Amino acid sequence: MKFDDFASGVLTQEMAKAAAPPTELWEDKRGGLVIIECPKPIPCDPCHTSCPTGAVLPFEDINDLPKVDYAKCTGCAMCVAKCPGLACFVVDLTYGGEDEALIKLPYEMIPCPEEGTEVECLNRVGEPAATGMIVKVQEPQRDKTLVVHVAVPKSFVLDIRAIRVKSHG
Amino acid sequence: MKTLRTPDVLVIGGGPAGLSAAVEAASFGCHVVVVNEDLALGGQLIKQTHKFFGSAAEHAGTRGIEIAKILVSELERFGDRVEAYTNCSALGYYSDGVVTCMVGEERYFKVKPKKVVVATGALEKLIPFPGNDLPGVYGAGAVQTLMNVYGVKPAKRVLMVGAGNIGLIVSYQLLQAGVDVVAIVEFAPKVGGYWVHAAKVRRLGVPIYLRHTVKRAIGESAVEGAVIQAVDERGAFVGNERFIECDVICMAVGLTPTCELLWQAGCEMCYVPELAGHVAVRDRTMRTSRPDIWIAGDAAGIEEASTAMVEGRIAGLTSAHSLGHVDEDVFEERLKGYWRRLDALRGGEAGSKARSGISKIMIEMWEGRGVEVR
Amino acid sequence: MELVEKHPILEFRHGRKVKFTFDGREMEGFEGEPIAAALHANGVKVLRYMPKKGRPKGFFCAIGKCSSCFMIVDGMPNVRTCITPLHEGMRVETQRGNGMLREGM
Repeated sequence: MKFDDFASGVLTQEMAKAAAPPTELWEDKRGGLVIIECPKPIPCDPCHTSCPTGAVLPFEDINDLPKVDYAKCTGCAMCVAKCPGLACFVVDLTYGGEDEALIKLPYEMIPCPEEGTEVECLNRVGEPAATGMIVKVQEPQRDKTLVVHVAVPKSFVLDIRAIRVKSHG
Repeated sequence: MKTLRTPDVLVIGGGPAGLSAAVEAASFGCHVVVVNEDLALGGQLIKQTHKFFGSAAEHAGTRGIEIAKILVSELERFGDRVEAYTNCSALGYYSDGVVTCMVGEERYFKVKPKKVVVATGALEKLIPFPGNDLPGVYGAGAVQTLMNVYGVKPAKRVLMVGAGNIGLIVSYQLLQAGVDVVAIVEFAPKVGGYWVHAAKVRRLGVPIYLRHTVKRAIGESAVEGAVIQAVDERGAFVGNERFIECDVICMAVGLTPTCELLWQAGCEMCYVPELAGHVAVRDRTMRTSRPDIWIAGDAAGIEEASTAMVEGRIAGLTSAHSLGHVDEDVFEERLKGYWRRLDALRGGEAGSKARSGISKIMIEMWEGRGVEVR
Repeated sequence: MELVEKHPILEFRHGRKVKFTFDGREMEGFEGEPIAAALHANGVKVLRYMPKKGRPKGFFCAIGKCSSCFMIVDGMPNVRTCITPLHEGMRVETQRGNGMLREGM
């Protein structure tokens, strides 16, 4: 039985591509650009209020979908840490080698990921898609939401949206 | 302790609505008594480890447990002006305006307040299926209480019934507590909660079976498993049964307002499906048909913590105003401001059910109306 | 006791560990936390048996509104164990059927 259904929280391939930044701005952007996967209107605006550069635009109506001015985005990942729906991700295509990229994603599980270790990278339905390397672990809002920087194969940047850290011992 | 307390305002229920009402009334100089059935103040907020939505005014981006702490510390700033009793049930509302209360099983006292705010929240619903009374069939709130308040592992494997916000959020919280969520079943063709809540658990591998429901619970003295099956548009079973091994079936099929005290007090009540049950008819100040009784939060209609806090503010403001503690222009301005926030919170697609329900039982003015019970 | 040992967001600060009895069996729980939570941590899920058909019942709402968790505590029946705090030496018993008040309670 297939569950990869938009109605149960899985973005379609088309919507995933549409949520991605324009290639010409993205491919050379050091630090990366944000991808906000929040396709349904809800009363919520911390992505905007947490953004230090104004890249996530002000909301006319709090129920509007988030809009991004990519020219202003620095890939700082403040919104990644603040979003109550864990819907923001930063992807840096300039990281590492030809075939590598860096994803900054939110993490609120145990065990705690360790820098320099390998990690299982999951797609939108929780299937292991690739193995990644944990480059950095931050806690920007000091509120237990970690922002984990994971080096992944570049071809998977529109698929990987979670990590599974193996229990120690 | 005195056996009869006579505050300006009695707030029944110390959740987000009740605490907000108490803070608002106390801020205008009212002497407030809060009675709270649970062991700690904060209502369901103390179980919420996730970050809240809404705007900054409703503490968006802050975890529910922190919001509870903020509200409680706001209350404590008023010192003796506010008395809060926990582990204390309001037992009844009597025709002489007395509310009887009991702390624990034996400390009994009475309150005769000038005004009352009923913010008694809600109760988990259940759907009918064989075995739905077995130990192990728990309300979602109960699962949260065990794992988030008391640090008790609620289960090894859970079947979650319902993909509204509560079902999706509690599933995520179960994963955080190290519990396996085997599946979520949802009767409707799409999740009822926010899409982003569903995305969070799908990407961690939790399957959401849409157009499915739990058919029966398996187990002798406690839940050992469940049978789920697909349903069609009419709710008839189709396809094959599927066995899910689990030790808890978590019910997140909706809440219904708890209004016994309002019935007892003779408030005009009405059944409103969009608000999930019987609720009191109210005016724009959240006042019921009884001139001394206000309502706020889930007891006024099932919604969110964000709207509960604003409704609590309105109830606290107006009850204080009715006692002469609030200047007319301050009252008008604050009431307008609170309504702007409510309209914004309810303005989108997510708030359409609440808007529709409220329009059925919100009246402009109480003068000149008789009392009906529909 | 089956406790949540580590949590990504929460830190649990329990009160004093105390001993109590359940149907005569000695158990441990945390002072001040609900009796039903202590029982659950000790693997006890059946809290009462209903009057007419004798069906087992346990925790359900956890906020004192549904009566599913009624037990006899220190001789007193119909105690809402989901919101009643545990104390040292408490005698907790499975309630079978209707709670019966006795003379002198």
